[in-house]
Amino acid sequence: MAQLIKDGALCENSWVRVTPEDAEGIPANGDIIVSLSCWLEQKEALKNHNGKVAVCLKPGQEPAELAGDLADLPMIAIDFPVFADGRGYSYARELRTRYGYQGEIRAVGDVLQDQLFYMWRCGFNAFDIRADKDASEALKGLNDFTVTYQADARDPRPIYRRQPE
Amino acid sequence: MYVYQDYDQRLLDERVAQFRDQTQRYLDGKLAEEEYRPLRLQNGLYVQRYAPMLRVAVPYGMMASAQLRMLAHICRTWDKGYCHVSTRQNIQFNWPELQDVPDILEALASVQMHAIQTSGNCIRNTTTDEFAGVNAKEIDDPRPWCELIRQWSTFNPEFAYLPRKFKIAVNAVPDEDPALIGVHDIGVQIVENGQDETGFQIWAGGGLGRTPMTGEVIGEFIEPKYLLAYLEAVLRVYNKYGIRDNKYKARIKIIVKAMGRDKFRELTEREFAELKDGPITLTEHEIERMRASFPAPAYSSLTDLPQALSQALSSDKAFSRWYHTNTRAHKQAGYRAVTLTLKKTGRVPGDITDEQLDVVADLADRYSFGEVRTTHQQNMVLADVRQDELFDLWQALESMGLATPNLKLLTDIVACPGGDYCSLANAKSIPIAEAIQHRFEDMDYLHDLGELDINISGCMNACGHHHIGHIGILGVDKKGREYYQITLGGRGDKVSRIGDKMGPSFESDEVADVVEKIVNLYVELRHDGELFIDTYERVGMEPFKERIYGPAN
Ligand code: SF4
Repeated sequence: MAQLIKDGALCENSWVRVTPEDAEGIPANGDIIVSLSCWLEQKEALKNHNGKVAVCLKPGQEPAELAGDLADLPMIAIDFPVFADGRGYSYARELRTRYGYQGEIRAVGDVLQDQLFYMWRCGFNAFDIRADKDASEALKGLNDFTVTYQADARDPRPIYRRQPE
Repeated sequence: MYVYQDYDQRLLDERVAQFRDQTQRYLDGKLAEEEYRPLRLQNGLYVQRYAPMLRVAVPYGMMASAQLRMLAHICRTWDKGYCHVSTRQNIQFNWPELQDVPDILEALASVQMHAIQTSGNCIRNTTTDEFAGVNAKEIDDPRPWCELIRQWSTFNPEFAYLPRKFKIAVNAVPDEDPALIGVHDIGVQIVENGQDETGFQIWAGGGLGRTPMTGEVIGEFIEPKYLLAYLEAVLRVYNKYGIRDNKYKARIKIIVKAMGRDKFRELTEREFAELKDGPITLTEHEIERMRASFPAPAYSSLTDLPQALSQALSSDKAFSRWYHTNTRAHKQAGYRAVTLTLKKTGRVPGDITDEQLDVVADLADRYSFGEVRTTHQQNMVLADVRQDELFDLWQALESMGLATPNLKLLTDIVACPGGDYCSLANAKSIPIAEAIQHRFEDMDYLHDLGELDINISGCMNACGHHHIGHIGILGVDKKGREYYQITLGGRGDKVSRIGDKMGPSFESDEVADVVEKIVNLYVELRHDGELFIDTYERVGMEPFKERIYGPAN
């Protein structure tokens, strides 16, 4: 069953998350998501990896750490160890607005229906829904509201710039 | 008052539907307790000692009479016939059933009310001076700015999961702090820069709770159009760097202190530099639209002290006392602002019944342009009453128990719900308030004592603002028993200041005695015209300590 929501629809996940604890190390092929430290240490080697490479930021690891690498990264994952830790929202917004990052921003970890709308507005376009939840149900969370007051990733205008003057 | 546009209403309706679905999923077991908890909190729903508590937002304390009638209806239909005005100017219901809450929210939404972000680790209701718009001393009406902040903070996607709750207050009165901005996470002081331009001085890092402190100025003069850009910058810094692994250190005040004001300011300035002049910049049109949302009511042109008033003042002593205590000057000639004290002895401070709510709504329609305000001292205000109608209003209020002439006096006690309702409490607040009120029943004596704030909180969370009471009373737990710690010299009037701890705590039946002794000593020591707080500031803690605990050896 697909757990990934991307650009508003369920889809298959081709990416494998590689954690530093993985005994086998980095697989030879395939699309991989590596930790920030792994990326910073092995950046050059990873650029020759046979498959795409993304980096996962944990809370406390800011986008600034990747500022020079964004062109090399088709995807940045932002980890939510617990959904109530909201640092990732600011990271996504920063990636989109300060750094103009155009690639995929994927929420991973404790990713649940009731936070999707906020995440999406902050610039996430992919959500790896927590394994025990039904992703097709979670998908509904993207449509909780049709009205927003603030600027967001889809519309850079707050409501007072959307009204006809 | 701000009147909802179609989209404001649609947002509320969508919120009701969302919360109904979330609650249903929780009841169906699809949403775990720990997943539902932050969701219900962000909708003002606590699970309390006996029942859930629902906190309804009253944005910057303003309500229309139709909204009051809806609160009365909710009291009757889903609660036990009363509700409670909180120190954040919100309204709390103590006895709703969880499964009824979606229906209550739907009823609220029908009169443009809600419970959005009244709890949880998000931006809470923005508060201001309850006399906003009628206070002759204010340099601008703070309410349009409060409404702008309300909209910016409502479901702001970036700041829904902050390290901790976040409270903003706006003050437009120079040299006074009626909105307590000094003890808010962010305080917005409207200032003039000497060139006839108004702007905002921004304070950050104040707060009560476990580590009470007053904030520091981090922005000297922010131009009006940048208000939201600056707030967003502060919030982003807080969201990224606030402490998340210890909830007692999670408020913004801790990180402002830890990194130092200058560092905090530097980080904020960096974010601000990027946001400034971006789309978040307020348009002239929007600022004007907000100002136009708070027009002056259709005042008649009148003069002060009309004959009807002066006659009533000289012929009715009780009315005169109420007039001098519970009404205050108004910027429009011929009008007064009237405070309805919800502090009658024997009633829970801040509680109001459905019947009283309906009467207040009618009186608001009749005498005050249909608007009512709540105050952080847990009272209500009719802000625009004609002086020649004050006597009639007073009689109506008197018959409903809403005209106790004790505003700002010792028995106008601020108290959190405490151990009678709140599951976080160390101790009860309400019986302590009542015991003190009973001790001081002589109105002449109360008036002779003059202004004296007593604030009571049932625990460190300080919902009763005990740190800023002239006499503050805090419930503490000592080996499973309820004790009370006393502070003196706090204030939240001209300035905000945190009170000093007096010494070892007391048992519940001792508190009223101790307060009486403190007050007696004040009476002995006071100079002519000195209020309690003045005397305390002159003589300091020592004489009080000695009177209560005996001489130090
Ligand atoms: S101060 Fe404590 S006891 Fe009182 S309402 Fe707040 S949390 Fe509850």
